[in-house]
Amino acid sequence: MSRTPLDTVEHAAETPDVELPWAELGLKKDEYERVVEILGRRPTGAELAMYSVMWSEHCSYKSSKVHLRQFGEKAPQSDALLVGIGENAGVVDVGQGYAVTFKVESHNHPSYVEPYQGAATGVGGIVRDIIAMGARPVAVVDPLRFGAADHPDTKRVLPGVVAGIGGYGNCLGLPNIGGEVVFDACYQGNPLVNAGAIGVMRHEDIHLAKASGAGNKVILYGARTGGDGIGGASILASETFDDAKPSKRPAVQVGDPFQEKLLIECTLEAFAEKLVVGIQDLGAAGLSCATSELASNGSGGMRVTLDDVPLRDSTLSPEEILMSESQERMCAVVEPEKVDRFLEICDKWDVIATVIGEVTDGDRLEIFWHGGKIVDVDPRTVAHDGPVYERPYARPDWQDALQADDANKLARPGSGEELKDQVLKLVASPNQASKSWITSQYDHFVQGNTVLAQPEDSGMIRIDEETGLGVAIATDGNGRYAKLDPYAGAQLALAEAYRNVATTGAKPLAVSDCLNFGSPEDPAVMWQFAEAVRGLADACLQLGTPVTGGNVSLYNQTGEAAIHPTPVVAVLGVIDDVARRTPVAFQEEGQLLYLLGDTREEFGGSAWSQVIHDHLGGLPPKVDLERERLLGEILISASRDGMIDSAHDLSDGGLIQAVVESALLGGKGARLVVPDGLDAFTFLFSESAGRAVVAVPRSEEVRFNDMCGARGLPVARIGVVDGTASDSNAVVELQGEFALSLEELREAHEGTIPALLA
Amino acid sequence: MTARIGVVTFPGSLDDRDTQRAIRLAGAEPVALWHKDKNLHQVDAVVLPGGFSYGDYLRAGAISRFSPVMETVIEQAKAGLPVLGICNGFQILTEAHLLPGGMLGNDHLHFICRDQKLRVENADTAWTADYTAGQEIHIPLKNMDGRYVADAYTLDQLEAEGRVVFRYVDFNPNGSLRDIAGITNEAGNVVGLMPHPEHAVEPLIGSGRTDGLPFFTSILKKLVNA
Repeated sequence: MSRTPLDTVEHAAETPDVELPWAELGLKKDEYERVVEILGRRPTGAELAMYSVMWSEHCSYKSSKVHLRQFGEKAPQSDALLVGIGENAGVVDVGQGYAVTFKVESHNHPSYVEPYQGAATGVGGIVRDIIAMGARPVAVVDPLRFGAADHPDTKRVLPGVVAGIGGYGNCLGLPNIGGEVVFDACYQGNPLVNAGAIGVMRHEDIHLAKASGAGNKVILYGARTGGDGIGGASILASETFDDAKPSKRPAVQVGDPFQEKLLIECTLEAFAEKLVVGIQDLGAAGLSCATSELASNGSGGMRVTLDDVPLRDSTLSPEEILMSESQERMCAVVEPEKVDRFLEICDKWDVIATVIGEVTDGDRLEIFWHGGKIVDVDPRTVAHDGPVYERPYARPDWQDALQADDANKLARPGSGEELKDQVLKLVASPNQASKSWITSQYDHFVQGNTVLAQPEDSGMIRIDEETGLGVAIATDGNGRYAKLDPYAGAQLALAEAYRNVATTGAKPLAVSDCLNFGSPEDPAVMWQFAEAVRGLADACLQLGTPVTGGNVSLYNQTGEAAIHPTPVVAVLGVIDDVARRTPVAFQEEGQLLYLLGDTREEFGGSAWSQVIHDHLGGLPPKVDLERERLLGEILISASRDGMIDSAHDLSDGGLIQAVVESALLGGKGARLVVPDGLDAFTFLFSESAGRAVVAVPRSEEVRFNDMCGARGLPVARIGVVDGTASDSNAVVELQGEFALSLEELREAHEGTIPALLA
Repeated sequence: MTARIGVVTFPGSLDDRDTQRAIRLAGAEPVALWHKDKNLHQVDAVVLPGGFSYGDYLRAGAISRFSPVMETVIEQAKAGLPVLGICNGFQILTEAHLLPGGMLGNDHLHFICRDQKLRVENADTAWTADYTAGQEIHIPLKNMDGRYVADAYTLDQLEAEGRVVFRYVDFNPNGSLRDIAGITNEAGNVVGLMPHPEHAVEPLIGSGRTDGLPFFTSILKKLVNA
């Protein structure tokens, strides 16, 4: 990218033979040729920079687009959806005039290279997406996946990621209310750091990313632009890691949460005074993305003077300014007469704000530098008309053998003593163990509206103090299930998140997803992706929960080894009064424990098969979405009518995992009996979907049974809450088989993670 | 008649709105104060809320201490204005030398968020009169730099004068010397503590307890009865 003479549009037209470093910027040869064809000349260096980042896998979804269309084509009819896929984040109507926006994104690659900053800026990015919709952010969630818990590199990556999420989110004043932490050797070298956020606004406050109205000013505000994160989207997030290449650390951005907090407050103040016509945050692809998306979504064109961009490093070239992913920046479109007030608000919050351009009545995006025009493009060709690939995909040849390796045939425990031993091993295993060492590094009290936070089934936030209206969110994914069957695995992820929301008493409304996969250039991975998307789209249609947006993260692989296909699904729900939320913890001795749903011999991909046999094979649990919907309705009704005092969804680890968690959280024991038709082992460890365990006060027993019977949901009484922690003989007991004291269980469940990571 | 209690918003304050809510729930009138404004707008008491003012850059509270509003707060606190510093507010009060000692990073080097058990050691301050001495309460705690330190002479003096207001019980979450969670000045009008009483004022929210509400009812009664 020669800077002398300045590579203007004119200069580019005159020097068609100049070689540009398109390959180094991550473009393929045919993609570069397409750029030349669009422009009718070679691009300038600045134009090349813009196309290269905007046409990257990360920004353009070029490999995934053809599949993602199903989320629109199969979208269920929903009155709740106010803004769908394509904006910074989807928006859902939750009633009483409130709208909620939420989204999950990935920051996987940066978090492996530089765990603290990678994870921190992941939080920063998703929060700016929420602000850009016009909402006040009210909570964050973080689904995380790491390599084996005892691998030395996990001790480098995990503490950094957790400190980064905490360091950034805590400083923004956002309660962290949910997420997951999963360990599996397949994520060694490719940890998955997904970050979700929720924001709340009134219906009339929804803002969109578009620049309309010729003469309106384009204001860049927030941090100065520096050399950090250049090419983050193209060369970092869109390629496979390779040991032979140099470190990509300079492509990771550095976060300043204090600056972002100021950005939140000044943006919300500007919204409140109705000063903003359109708004876009600067994330992946920085100014290239913000200017081209604002311009292409609006009615006119845009003219920008790059010399006016406040810089941290005065030596940056125009190409670098366009590609920089410096954090904590936003771009607003403001009517000329409101510019002074907008700048005043920024000044009040000590936020730098600069008019860098204006909306024009043409249809071109023009960018100037030192008086020369260095970009002259149709913004749609940059933002929306990127390449679309029909990548070849094929069911991998190992899939049949994997499914034939039936987990139901693994050796089972033969005695009460063996069952007891395996229960202890299970609840102490890294994936099933308490994650409080991690979650205690996140603030979950700030803003004073947190009703439920991890380890509850879903996080819950009150959004109206008068009426008690609230929202719940759960994120789930199970890469082991998805590896065995990506179609079913994606549906099971949705089913679990849906169930988790309903378990707390909230009605599931909408979905956001973060689809984490290996390289799309591998047909086997592409098949996993296609199957997962198809499964998720079909299931969303059946459950009536539209996908409102999300994120695809590909190239999560090192060399030939891809991660398990890992669709992570977030479900957002609404609850009309948070006072009736149902917690996980056992509340009172004497309450009756009921198992809802059908329990089958389903051990494929189960926690039991992993912990006891280090095995992955067979088929994942059967999906029955109508059953999930019925179970959800029962759980919500039971919460509304005060029939249950605690509830816990059954998923990985099965019934015994759920009962142990409820017991430890409530400081109460439980005495269990195996219901008719089941053996003790299947009762304890099966991972059949569509199930929950609830505690019913004796006074409600008849009413509760009648309701389940009338609606056709199988229920079985499986025991009673009995004994308190202060009374040292409190136990979790399976009658006739074993008893484990709460102390013993607590030590096993809570000791693992600190021992490995502290 | 009620009392008007100011809550200062510094850049990076996080719990300012929560503190205003707690004041309202206690029956007093919250008044938002801005860090660039020296005028306290005739409030009867001031709370410096939690958060990461100025990102905790340089040192927690070190920059906010020089805000215009603090000039007036310092001057009036010395004349008897009741002032409560919560978490970052406590850090600002030590930086401003309204309270002795200072805060270092937690001894375990991690941010910590938990429902913390405390013992009320002094129920005679302007902010703790609705507690009883020796009472044990649970208040959420969340901080990165919460390790209270002072020299041995100062610590002895605080103990001798009954100026340790709260102590951590069962578990010291940050390595604070002598398990000190909160202290007061000689006059008892300025109190600082690391835990967050404003997050324990409603039965459904946060920790699910209301052990923090007496902070705000204490000051309200004192001001209304004055």
